[in-house]
This record gives sequence, C-alpha cells and structure tokens, in this order.
Amino acid sequence: MTWETVIGLEIHSQLKTKSKIFSGASTEFGAKANTQACAVDLGFPGVLPVLNKEAVRMALRFGLAVNATINKHSIFARKNYFYPDLPKGYQISQFEIPIVGSGTIDIPLDSGENKKVGITRAHLEEDAGKSIHDLYDDFTAIDLNRAGTPLLEIVSDPDMSNAKEAVAYAKKIHALVQYIDICDGNMQEGSFRCDANVSVRRKGEGLGTRAEIKNINSFKFLEKAINLEVERQIDILEDGGSVAQETRLYDSIKNETRSMRSKEEANDYRYFPDPDLLPVVIDDELLKNIKNGLPELPTEKKARFIDTLGLSEYDAENLTSQKAMADYFEIIIDKGADVKVSANWVMGELAASLNKNQIDIKDSPISASELYKLISRVTDNTISGKIAKDVFKIMWNEKRSVDEIIKDQGLEQMTDVGALESVIDEIISKNLDQVEQFKNGNTKLLGFFVGQVMKATQGKANPKQVNQILNDRLS
Amino acid sequence: MSLDNKQVKEIAYLARLSIEDTELEQSTSELNNILSLMADLSEIDTGDAEPMAHPLHMSQRLREDEVTEENLAEEFQAIAPKTGNSHFLVPTVIE
Amino acid sequence: MMHNLSIAELIKGLKNKDFSSVELTQHYLKRINESKLNAFISVTDDLALSQANEADLKIAKGDSTLLTGIPYAHKDIFCTKGVKTSAGSKMLDSFISPYDATLNHKFNLENMVMLGKTNMDEFAMGSSNENSYYGPVKNPWDLKKVPGGSSGGSAAAVASRITPFATGTDTGGSIRQPASLCGITGIKPTYGRISRYGMIAYASSLDQAGPMTQTAEDAAIVLNAMAGFDSKDSTSASKETPDYTKKLTNSLDGLLIGLPKEFFSSGLDDGVEKVVMQAIKEYEAMGAKIKEVSLPNSMHAIPTYYIVAPCECSSNLSRFDGVRYGYRCEDPKDLDDLYLRSRSEGFGKEVKRRIMIGAYALSAGYYDAYYLKAQKVRQLISEDFKKAFQSVDVIMGPVSPSTAFDLGSVKDPVSMYLADIYTLSVNLAGLPGMSIPAGFSKNLPVGLQLIGNHWSEELLLNTAHQFQLKTDWHKSTPIEL
Repeated sequence: MTWETVIGLEIHSQLKTKSKIFSGASTEFGAKANTQACAVDLGFPGVLPVLNKEAVRMALRFGLAVNATINKHSIFARKNYFYPDLPKGYQISQFEIPIVGSGTIDIPLDSGENKKVGITRAHLEEDAGKSIHDLYDDFTAIDLNRAGTPLLEIVSDPDMSNAKEAVAYAKKIHALVQYIDICDGNMQEGSFRCDANVSVRRKGEGLGTRAEIKNINSFKFLEKAINLEVERQIDILEDGGSVAQETRLYDSIKNETRSMRSKEEANDYRYFPDPDLLPVVIDDELLKNIKNGLPELPTEKKARFIDTLGLSEYDAENLTSQKAMADYFEIIIDKGADVKVSANWVMGELAASLNKNQIDIKDSPISASELYKLISRVTDNTISGKIAKDVFKIMWNEKRSVDEIIKDQGLEQMTDVGALESVIDEIISKNLDQVEQFKNGNTKLLGFFVGQVMKATQGKANPKQVNQILNDRLS
Repeated sequence: MSLDNKQVKEIAYLARLSIEDTELEQSTSELNNILSLMADLSEIDTGDAEPMAHPLHMSQRLREDEVTEENLAEEFQAIAPKTGNSHFLVPTVIE
Repeated sequence: MMHNLSIAELIKGLKNKDFSSVELTQHYLKRINESKLNAFISVTDDLALSQANEADLKIAKGDSTLLTGIPYAHKDIFCTKGVKTSAGSKMLDSFISPYDATLNHKFNLENMVMLGKTNMDEFAMGSSNENSYYGPVKNPWDLKKVPGGSSGGSAAAVASRITPFATGTDTGGSIRQPASLCGITGIKPTYGRISRYGMIAYASSLDQAGPMTQTAEDAAIVLNAMAGFDSKDSTSASKETPDYTKKLTNSLDGLLIGLPKEFFSSGLDDGVEKVVMQAIKEYEAMGAKIKEVSLPNSMHAIPTYYIVAPCECSSNLSRFDGVRYGYRCEDPKDLDDLYLRSRSEGFGKEVKRRIMIGAYALSAGYYDAYYLKAQKVRQLISEDFKKAFQSVDVIMGPVSPSTAFDLGSVKDPVSMYLADIYTLSVNLAGLPGMSIPAGFSKNLPVGLQLIGNHWSEELLLNTAHQFQLKTDWHKSTPIEL
C-alpha cells in the first residue's frame, strides 16, 4: 500500500517595520508588558486604523521576489472571533483579495535537483497579543505589545510530498525574507512561524482530510512534527478510521501532536471588508520603484557564484542559503582571496564553529576581513593550512590579529630549504629501517616521514617542500 | 428565512451573548420579524451592480513608518477591570 | 434672554463684552440643572467653568478664535479625555476615556466650553432615545413624547435652550429625525467630512457627526469648526473645507428642487405632509422650481440599512468584552463566562438584537444573500440619487412620517425601524442631509428634509438659511421667551 503525503505550509513572517501596521506604536521586541500598546492597539472605543506604508512596500518586495501576481486593488477584511489577546474581537487581515497573488519558488531536493513549489498567496494582517498562562494560578495574563505588529502570511500550494521538502521550502522562504530585508527571521522571538497542513492519501486517490499543526518554532521540529503527523494519520486510516479536520499543537518535549482544545474549529469567522479601511491601490510607478530597489535575489546570486566565480552547484547553494553568509563570503573574495579556498574556510571551519557555539554569522567573533587575512597568510605560505586552523581557534576566542598570533606563537612556516634539509636528514638517519622499507616499495611510509618532520618542526614545515625534499632524499 | 430557537442560541453564542431560556421564544420571534423585513431583498434584481462597501470613491491612504505613540500603559491600565504586573488579567484560558 | 441668542449673536455678545463666557456658562449650567428632560448623562460643571475661564482670558488677550467661549453639549458618543463616556450604555457606565476624540481636540483648540455629555440611544441604535441605560429623554414640546433618536438628548437640549448648540451623530437619521421632532436645525454632512476618530462606532460606513443648532447660520459656523481632514481616520476625506458661512446669502432664484414621489406616498401623516408642502411653496415664492423625481430603490433602504448597519455593528461591538475597559461581570468563572455575562449584562435589548442580526447576516451561508446583496442594493440606491441630481440641485421631503410619538408607545422594533424610511437612504449613499423646522402639526414640530449631492453642504445651508430668513419656525421654542 503506497501512501502519499500532501503538505502545504502557512508561514507568518513578522515584517520589520518600526511601527505597527495600523498604529504608530513601536514594534521593538522585548519591551515591558503593554508599554507598546497604544489606544488603537488596545481597541478602545472610537479608535481607527491607518495603514503603514512600509508594510505595503515589504509585502510588494516579497511578491516581486517570488514572481507573484500583484493585486493592484486589495481589500482588508475583518476576521471575527473572540480571544483575550485579540483586543477588537476581530483581526484585520485580507481574505478574498490579498495584496500578493500566486507565485513560485524553487527548493533544492536531496537529489541535487530543484523542485518548483507554488505560492498560493501572501497577505498582510495584524498580529495578536500574547497570552501568558503561567504568571498567575487563576488568571491568564495578556500582553498586547505584539498586537498590531504587521505580518505577511505566506501560503504555499500543497506541493510538498514529505517533511524534508517542507523544511527545504521553509528554509528557502526564511532565507528569502531576510535577503529582501523584510523580516529578521528570528524564530526564537516569534518573527517567523510555520504552520503545516498535512494530509495523506493512497496512491491514486483524491486529497485526504488535512490536519493543521501549529506551534512549530524550528526547522528541526517542523520535520519531526510532520513525520509524526503522517504516521498518526496513516495509522488511523489503516485501522479503518477517518482523520478529523482539526488544529493540532506540536509538543516538542513529548514529541507528539495533540488536538487543540480551542473552539476555533467551531468558529465562523464572518469575514467582511473592513469598513474603516479603504481599498489599497498599487500603481505601476510604485511597483517599478520597489522592483528596482530589490537586492540581488538568492537564485540570481547563486547563478552568479556558479557562472562568474566558478563555484560548484553545491558550494553555491550552501554559500547563498543565507544572505549574511553570502555577504561575508563576498567581502573575502572582493579583497582578492582565492575563491575555492575561501569557500572551504567559510563553509568549513567558520560554519562548524558558528554551529557548535550556536552563533549567527552576524555575531561571528571573526570578521570577514580578519578571515581574509588568515586565508592570505596561508596562500602566501606564511603558515600552513593545518597551522591556520589553530590560529583560527585562537582568533575565535581572543581579539588578536592574525599576524600578532603568528608572531607571538612563532607559527611561521619553516620554508628555509637548508633548515628543512637538516631536519629531514636527521630523521632519515634515525629511521634507516623505514628508509629501507620505503626503497623496497612501501611508498605509504612517506606519510610516516612527513609525520616525523611535522613533529620535529611543531607542524611548521611547509608540507610541499617537505614532500619535495623527502622524495629527493629517498629516491 | 425563519430561525428556530436552536439557531438563535447558536447565533447568540457566536456573538458571545447569552439568552435565558425564558426569553428565548421572544427573542426568536423578534429576530424573525426583523428578518422578514429582509425577505424582499432576494426579489430585487441588482443586475451587475457592484457591492458598495464605502460611499466614497477613495483609496487607502498610507502612513509613514514612524513611531509616534508614547508609553501610556499606566493611564490605559488605570481604567482596566483587572490587571496585575502590567498585564490585563482574565480567568485562566486552557489551550 | 441669553439662552435665546443664536451662536452668531453670542459671538457678538462675547466680543462686545455684553457678558463673559463664565457668565454664559453659569447661565446654561443653571438651566441644565433645572431641566426635567433627562437630556444629559453627565454635566461637567467644573470642567466647563475652568474652560470658560480660560476662554475669557484668551478673549481679553485678543488671542481668541470665532467660537472661543461658546458653550456646547457633546453627545455621549464622543470620547472625552478624563470624562465619562458612556454611549448611553451600561457597558461603558464606568468608562472614563483615556483619550480625546479629534472633534474635542478641535473644540479645545478654539477654547470652547463643554457643558456636559448628552443622553442618547445606546450605541446610537434607536429612533426615540428610549434605549438609553440612563432612562428616556423627554421631548420639551410635550413631556409625554419622545424627542427622537439617537441624538435625543442633544436635540432636546437645543430645543429647550439649555445649550447654544449640541453635537449629534447620524447613521440612519439620528441627527435629522430628533431635530425634526424637537423643532431644531441639524445637518449630517457628506460621509468623510468630519473625523470619526474618537466617535464610538456603530456602523462605520454610515456614521457621521454633525451640529445641532437653532439656525442654519449657526450650523454653518459650527460646521466650520468640525469639518476637515484627519490623518487618524482612513475614511476622512482630504477635500478642502470651504467657509460654510460664505454662501448663506446667495439667492435661491432658479434653484431646482426635486420631490421624490416615493417620499409622499401612503404612510406619511397628513399633518406632516401639509407642513412640508407649505414649506415647498415658500421655496417656490423665492424663485425655486419644483419638479418630481424618483428614487425607485429608496423603498429598499430599510432592509438594506437593517442588514448593513447590524453587520458592521456586530463586529464593532466585539471589543466590549470586559477585558481592557468597561463593564465586567462579577466573578467570572472562565473566559466564556466572562464574555457571555459581561456582554449580556452590559448591553441593552436593542443593541443585542442588532448584534445578533449582524452576526447572522455575516455568517457562513448567509453572507451572499444578506450582506453582499444589501451592499449591491446600496449601490442602486446611490445611483438613484446620482441620476436625480442630474436634473435637480436639492432634494426635499419629510424627515419622519409622523411627529413625536408617545413615550413607550412603539414596542415593536420593526415598527420603529419603518419610521426611518426617509432618512436611511441618505446615509447609505453618503450624502449630506439637513432637517430644518418647517411648522407644526397638532402642536408638535415638523422638520423639512433637505438632501444634497456629495460635498454640497454650502448649498444646503444656503437653502436652509434663506428659508429661515423668510419664516420664523426656527425661532419657536417650547419655553417662555
């Protein structure tokens, strides 16, 4: 029995405007409760919304970046439901006519190929406040600072067929919104939230009933949650039952999804055009303006890395997956460093250290120009590649320059032929057995000799020269 | 379109209003009377008239992205029914 | 007597130092406190006197505007900072507004004096001011009769001369109808003319504020202070505001007046029709030309309005949930209990009815048949007016099918709704409309309705003013002079 999975993602991306979508209150994260909730955000009687220009521009940037249809006339609608963190008793969103229509984005598959995923629409809406349940025993505490923060809700077509594809898509969108500088992508702070719509079906059948999984705040959990859900649904269907259309919460601690006890299922949102707002009209001039202001998009950058810089598909994909990393890499290249060597350092040592320490490249203790310095000391033969790794570690922990470290630790490569020859000669004289074996055909012993030379020189011998001299002496 | 008591109770809940059982009959009959006024609407031939959401033909004005509001949390919370630790408090909600 | 002076005259009086703003204010406060009409929910004595003091200082310094020192009564639908703002409802009985409506801000800039907040139908829903949590308002012409609604308190206050003018709001006739029933002048300008920021919303695409005064000239003076673009209101029009007093004295010779035949059919009280037709004759005598027009879809205004307005209000009133302000029930057990009891206990019957109609009409399966259909009919109604204004300058007719009725006499909501027949379509089309005193029927006032094309307030006020130069109806008051 072949089961197929159908997945669609709804991503809520907080737009990084200074003020809220419908009021002039600040959107800065981390303020004391309710200090950034003005009269409009609190839904006092008589207050009215006025639309933030930058939120519109950001939505349009996204639309253009995914080659979407832009709806030149879009309407804000009220989504009516009662919840304490929704001050007006309705959320201002977009329903029938969103600002961004259908578009597409390519996602990389494990096979190395690309898959086109459709984006159904993207619309503007306001975020709700926060409900905090553990501040008091008998009360839920409401903080409305977040109420009114602009969101771009990005809805994908149900084009993904497994959790990995879903994660690839989510990562692509995550990178893109940061590339075009509309969202800071901070999942811990809730700036980028993914909900997954998951259904299964037997091969050949029509779409199955889907369940929506909410409360996923990392790519790792996204993959886990989807896989769990697929398993759960298949189990139900194989037992002869049916899947309920419902909203489920992902619990990362128990590693399970469970049905949400909210009454949202029963809710009839009674969408209708918000009478306090007028149709949003976009003119061609504005679109042209925004299109011209778009930075180089990930797909374009990747193509350039391949065509102009000669990087491999894999390397280019890796380096351009995050704008910050691509920018970092390009600073090094622009200074004249070797493309391949730099790519290896950025994707290798640097990425590994960032990952290990859970640091974002933006907060890297080693700046791009400092890494460039290190790389150039390898390419100019001052130090060996191996030693450079040690220097890197020191630079990571201390604020010292490359040259300072090399000088202080005396790490310069030994390149003086005479000195090298005397070291090598001494090692040869101490290891005559191995010399015999080598001359008799055990060429693998070259590694032994190189090792000995490195040991004797604390790794500072220039490997190329060592090899040359050894080959000379041992032949 | 005539409503029965059950529907009226459902509509009331949708709007978070409660109707006492003793008043339900009357509420239903009142609402049905009002709705009978609307019965004529379906007969009207509106042709290709567009729904008019606004009497004015204007488009939405856009506001500059600037922080213009200051922190008035104290004043705003002074009139709230229940607060604690600068939060608005409601009976515990289970998600 | 001070209180019979129009605003125009009061302005002169203050300028000539015939009296001070403080004296004026004290005079009105005394009359308010003696009044038995229940026209006020709150009387802001201390605030008024301190504002009057401020005004007098400004006048003395020569640093005043036209309306400095003029007292007014404010419909309790406008949020007034630091002052109770109830919208006539138990839900907001404890609500001291933490911010000012744009309108207050404008009045404060001119150093006007707020006497108090007037009584009104709860959340502006009603045509008799019997739906107020604070009790009904009495019509000064006959204490057993209603003053009209929802701006009943404002109308009664102006009619009984306990305030020089009052603010009102009109969603389906709530300025014009009480003005007609109380024998005063009231204008609802074009939708978008006056800022709605701080005006507690009933039906957002229909609500509009306006002045309620003794005369058209006064209305023009006050409209000057009220009108204008507000960046806080997305539905506020950026159309420039003319000086509404400039064209008051234009001649009406050649004015084309349309009488909609649908407004003069059965249902209109004979006495009212007689007064209205007499007023039309006055206009003919001034050189106006009368012709019949037709507003064929205006008869559909009732179902259209009573779908659109409840839909919008059902959503607008969702914010009243006992969480951040206003009434909260005692000891709520859980969230549902909090919402259900706070709202059911806080709202009156009519409000609950309209919320439910609205929730139903917007609900899944009914949206197309009700809300969408109503908005399409709204378009047709609007087009009727557009067509009519191609051949006439002003449309005239009755405001209300009858004069003021007995308090408690109309128990059935539908009967109450049917009486709005002549005023509703004006709001649906966003047009400006006025009511001016045109005479009496059985000793009760009858108003004449004037309807203009979008942005034609100047013409309406001019048309009204000319009538008031030729007639004395607007000078009648139920009190001894």
